[in-house]
Amino acid sequence: MAEFTLPKNSKIQPGKHYPAKDAKKPRTFRIYRWSPDDGQNPRVDTYEVDLAACGPMVLDALLKIKNEIDPTLTLRRSCREGICGSCAMNIDGTNTLACTKAITECPSGDVKIYPLPHMPVVKDLVPDLTHFYAQFASIRPWLRTQSAAPDRERLQSPEDRKKLDGLYECILCACCSTSCPSYWWNGDRYLGPAILLQAYRWIVDSRDEDTGARLDDLEDPFKLYRCHTIMNCARTCPKGLNPAKAIAEIKKLLVARRSA
Amino acid sequence: MSTNAKDLRHPLKRARGLGSAQFGVAHWWTQRTTAVALVLLGLWFVILVLGLLQGDYATARAAVAKPWNAVLLIAFLVSMFWHAVLGLQVVVEDYVHTRWKEITLLVLIKFIAVLCVLGGTLAVLRIALGA
Repeated sequence: MAEFTLPKNSKIQPGKHYPAKDAKKPRTFRIYRWSPDDGQNPRVDTYEVDLAACGPMVLDALLKIKNEIDPTLTLRRSCREGICGSCAMNIDGTNTLACTKAITECPSGDVKIYPLPHMPVVKDLVPDLTHFYAQFASIRPWLRTQSAAPDRERLQSPEDRKKLDGLYECILCACCSTSCPSYWWNGDRYLGPAILLQAYRWIVDSRDEDTGARLDDLEDPFKLYRCHTIMNCARTCPKGLNPAKAIAEIKKLLVARRSA
Repeated sequence: MSTNAKDLRHPLKRARGLGSAQFGVAHWWTQRTTAVALVLLGLWFVILVLGLLQGDYATARAAVAKPWNAVLLIAFLVSMFWHAVLGLQVVVEDYVHTRWKEITLLVLIKFIAVLCVLGGTLAVLRIALGA
């Protein structure tokens, strides 16, 4: 059955408080902390950050905390410009990228920061995405062809290239998949919005010649049809993409290749 | 969804699982076609019931006995329970993760739905055929 109670040792406790000294523009950040090493329950630490001496984005505040207040705070980050997807986390109740989320975009009050929901936590704000990446690998996300390799690039008309818009921009940050209740309850088998959007990216690619096999692989009550068009994916995507639409297109293609 | 570090299997093995069931389109499509049927038949049913609000038992019986009404009523019953089975199946698959409970519930739902359809159809036929 669905789990309605939290597993043992997962109840979040109040944590430490780090007040700001002589701050001109203080803002409070409440951040989820958990370490696999100390055997403690997770806790929420409170940090006061002087925004007068901090960059504009949530990632700037997190790095300021890590550099100047508490070096034990653990998070992933790399490009700091919304391209790598490393700093995906739950900020003020919404999955997004810390590097493209401005602190001023967060409603007044404390800024609450948690790891991506319903994933195993490695430490603090770092979720374990092993299964997510394995699911991505399982759709074999590369150009698959039957015809002989040409001497030059495989060409694509501008119209066909346009069909990849809204799909190729996905950075696999996992914001959408981890916002999806279906992925929470059945993530072991359901591929989730990110991977299905990626699958559709190859299905719709005019140069790919394995469309039938790709659709065969997806025709499954769990891999694909756990999507109940809840639409959290489209609402949360930090790149403004619409995975739900890609999933709907896959469902339409599966109907199109059979009789009604 | 926890990742077991002691698991010697590659994550890809876990992600690929038992592979695709090669099934699901029929379920999805039937759920939508029965939904469309239910919109139309539901409207008809509401109109039928509204027309009988002031009538007595004999009038209601006579209305059900009319051939078109009997046919549409049976169609309404079949699509309603068919749609319900498909919908409940999704709910059970979503939330019940103990395999034996899941299978038991799925089979039970189908048995109950079939009995309800057979019972309802028999009732309509008895009236329509004047038994």
